[in-house]
Amino acid sequence: MTLKIKNPGLATSIQDLGRIGFFHLGIPLGGAMDRYALRAANMLVGNDEGAACLEAVFMGPEIEFTQTATVAVTGALLPIKVDGEYQEAWTSFVVKAGQTLSFDFLQSGARIYIAVSGGITTPEALGSRSTYPIGALGGVEGRAIQAGDELPTGGSQGLGAGRTVSEPLRRKPGTPASLRVLPGLYWHRLTDEAGAGFFEDEWKVAPEADRMGYRFKGGRPLEFVDREQPFGAGADPSNIVDGCYSYGSIQVPGGTEPIVLHRDAVSGGGYFTLGAVISADMDLIGQLQPHTSVKFEKVDMAQALEARKERKGMLARIREELG
Amino acid sequence: MAQVLSPLPGTFYMKPSPEAALYKNPGDPVAIGDTIGLIEVMKTFIEVKAEFAGTFSAYRAEDGLPVTAGQALAEVVV
Repeated sequence: MTLKIKNPGLATSIQDLGRIGFFHLGIPLGGAMDRYALRAANMLVGNDEGAACLEAVFMGPEIEFTQTATVAVTGALLPIKVDGEYQEAWTSFVVKAGQTLSFDFLQSGARIYIAVSGGITTPEALGSRSTYPIGALGGVEGRAIQAGDELPTGGSQGLGAGRTVSEPLRRKPGTPASLRVLPGLYWHRLTDEAGAGFFEDEWKVAPEADRMGYRFKGGRPLEFVDREQPFGAGADPSNIVDGCYSYGSIQVPGGTEPIVLHRDAVSGGGYFTLGAVISADMDLIGQLQPHTSVKFEKVDMAQALEARKERKGMLARIREELG
Repeated sequence: MAQVLSPLPGTFYMKPSPEAALYKNPGDPVAIGDTIGLIEVMKTFIEVKAEFAGTFSAYRAEDGLPVTAGQALAEVVV
């Protein structure tokens, strides 16, 4: 069974849960920006939760099916059509051999996950099918999908139509979106006023936000505590002697525009990081459109771990719902 | 009258570079596939192309400002 790509959309890529264990070598985890939505899509069609799906951003692809399969689309609200007939999101449906899956204009959110029964079975690279274009790893020859590509799938029929994730479990960002942040090792570099201002101000997603990092604009510039820059650090007060970055860490080059590092992030560099978005909220970032309003909310480690537990609980409830 | 809609959210531009002329002026002919404007998102500029032929009427979005998916960018008399 293959999926014939008639129109790829914009930077639509094959993603799973990523390649673990290479970040120290500079190769990022990669994988779905919204892992929750990817897992849910796979559960709906009866795949392993980490099976490879298509991640499409802002625009849907157009795909012809060569065999009948169960399909589910989760994440952003992007009206789904099979041969022109609308289908429900977060709910499994059947696409028959010869039919075409397509999408209307985006209504809310940013990324959809298209799971197909049997999963996409392009070759793995370093243990994952996730596409990392900068490193030319995974996906189709290390790149986003293109018109004319034929993607192999596992070919199973799946669990059929009508399996659905209930509304409260369809996780999406609020308005404004709230991202919880755990202050980090370099927090002391900020003045008290700047630290408070970061959490008070409303920020907007910058249009250049992508899989490597989400940039935010519109808050007040950060003021730094005076110091003599250490040997090896650049002259700008936002510079440090090179250090490691974590997923979700927030760097602020020049103190002006915070960047939250995401799935395809670099693993280290010379910018201070004021803290990190907690793991439970990383998926929400993947659903933010440009110009969306965002507030950062300060939390401590106990709250971050509680949020992680809560998110795991939501996934467990989806598993129960779908049996 | 037909509307050219933005296929995705981003920042709209009605000319290929700040110094360049507008892609279309009122009264210009529009052929299928003609570029009407640009949407900037994720460090990429995506050309918005006409899907119908006619005569250009007017831009309906502001140059350099945010647009949402499905928003009208321009009008064409078909």
